[in-house]
Amino acid sequence: MQHRRRAFGLRSEVPASPREPFEAVILPELDAAHNLARWLMRDANAAEDVLQEAMLRALTYFPSFRGGNPRAWLLQIVRNTVYDALKLDRAAQFVPLAGWSEDDDIVGIDLPSGEDDPETTLIKSRDLRRLQELISGLPIELRETLVLRELEELSYKDIAEVTQVPIGTVMSRLWRARRALLQAAATQERSR
Amino acid sequence: MNETLRTRDCDKVLLVQAEFDGELDAAEAATLAAHRQHCPACQAAAAALQRARLLMDGGLYEPAPDDVRRRVMARLAAAQPPAPAPLWALRSRMRAWWSAGIGFGLGAACAAALALLIIAPSGPDPTQELVASHIRALQPGHLEDVVSTDRHTVKPWFDGRLDFAPPVKDLKNEGFPLKGGRLDYVDGRPVAALVYQRDKHIIDLYIWPGVLVGGRLPPTAEYHGYNIVHWRWGGMTFWAVSDVEPAQLSDFAQAWQRAL
Repeated sequence: MQHRRRAFGLRSEVPASPREPFEAVILPELDAAHNLARWLMRDANAAEDVLQEAMLRALTYFPSFRGGNPRAWLLQIVRNTVYDALKLDRAAQFVPLAGWSEDDDIVGIDLPSGEDDPETTLIKSRDLRRLQELISGLPIELRETLVLRELEELSYKDIAEVTQVPIGTVMSRLWRARRALLQAAATQERSR
Repeated sequence: MNETLRTRDCDKVLLVQAEFDGELDAAEAATLAAHRQHCPACQAAAAALQRARLLMDGGLYEPAPDDVRRRVMARLAAAQPPAPAPLWALRSRMRAWWSAGIGFGLGAACAAALALLIIAPSGPDPTQELVASHIRALQPGHLEDVVSTDRHTVKPWFDGRLDFAPPVKDLKNEGFPLKGGRLDYVDGRPVAALVYQRDKHIIDLYIWPGVLVGGRLPPTAEYHGYNIVHWRWGGMTFWAVSDVEPAQLSDFAQAWQRAL
C-alpha cells in the first residue's frame, strides 16, 4: 500500500551529533517524558518514580543513542520503564475486545453522526477532569498510542518504534482509541 | 460488531486518518480527496477525527511540575561522575536546563526566580543562585521533600539521595525549630537543604561538601531583600538564606555551630 511506504520514511528527523551532551539532547524532553509517565501510570507519585528511573536509564544508555528523534528515544525508555513497573510484557499483543483482532484494519464506524454528537457538549465544556477520566479509562495499548500521537506529537513511525508494533497496528489502535474516546464521551454526556 | 455498520464502512478510513495526522504526501492526499467526495463513510470519519482531536485539544499535557523536575535534576547530577568542567560552565548549563522549562506555565514567582538565575553573572559566588532557589522553594508544596521536626527522620532521608551525609540539627530550643528537608540543586551539584522556621519566617540552610573555588567570600551578604550567612564546618560549606533580620540570621548561624 502506498501510504505504508510513506508512513515508513517521512518526517525529517533531526540528526543529533553524538558529541552533543545528554543535557542538550535529552533533557529538553523531560516534560514529554513526564507527560507519558503520568498518563500511563495514572498516579502522580508512581509517575515520578517511573520518571526518575527512566531518566537514570536514559543517562546510562545515552552513549548508545545514534541520532534520530530524541523524544521518541526517551519515550521508549519511559514506556519500557512503565511496563516494567506494571509488570507487563513490553511487546505483548493485547487480547482484543470482543469482535476486534489486534491487527484488524477494517475498522467500523460506530459513531454518533454529526447531527447528534453529544460529545460536542463535552468539547465545549472543557471539563478537563472528566476528559482525563475518559482517557485514563482506555486500555493501556490504546491510551499510549493516543497520548503519543495527540500529546507527544510523534509520527506513526516513531510510535511504532516506541510501542514495538508494526505501523499498521499503530494506525488501527489509534483509530480505535479515538473512536473509544468519542463513544465514551457520548455515553457519558447522554447519561447526564 | 454490528454487520450493518461494517457494510457501511469504507476500507479507506485509516487512510483518512493518516491524512488527518499529516502522514500522506500530496499525491496520496489528492487521490484520497477524490474518493472522499463520494464516500459518506470517509466524510463521517474525517468529521469524527476532528471531534476527537478537539476533545484532546488543550490542557491535557502534563509537563513535569517544578518540584519533580528539581528532584530529577538532583538525581541525575548525583548519578553523573564529578564533572571536570569549571563551576561557571556548570552553572550556565544548569540555567539552560531550567530555562527549558519556562514554556510550561510555571508560576510568576518561579519565572522571577528563573530571571534571577538567567541574569546572574557567572562566577564562583552562589549567592544569587541560592536566593533564587530559596524563592522557588517558598512556593506552595516546594519547600520540603521530607516533612519532619525530628532530625532522626530528616537525616536518614538523605541517604541514597546524596553522595554525602549532611549534618542535621534541631534548634528548637534556640527558637529555630526544624521543619524538614529537601534535595536541591545549586552550584552545579545536588545539595541538602534543611528548612528551619523563625516565627513566620523560613530559613533555608544549604549544605554541600567541600569549599568553593575562587577565594574567600564575605561571611554575610544581602541580595534582593534576602540575607545570607555563609560558614564552613567539618569540610562542608553552609549557606543560610532567609528574609529574617541579619542579626537573627547570625544568631541562627552561631546557634547551629554551637549545637551538638
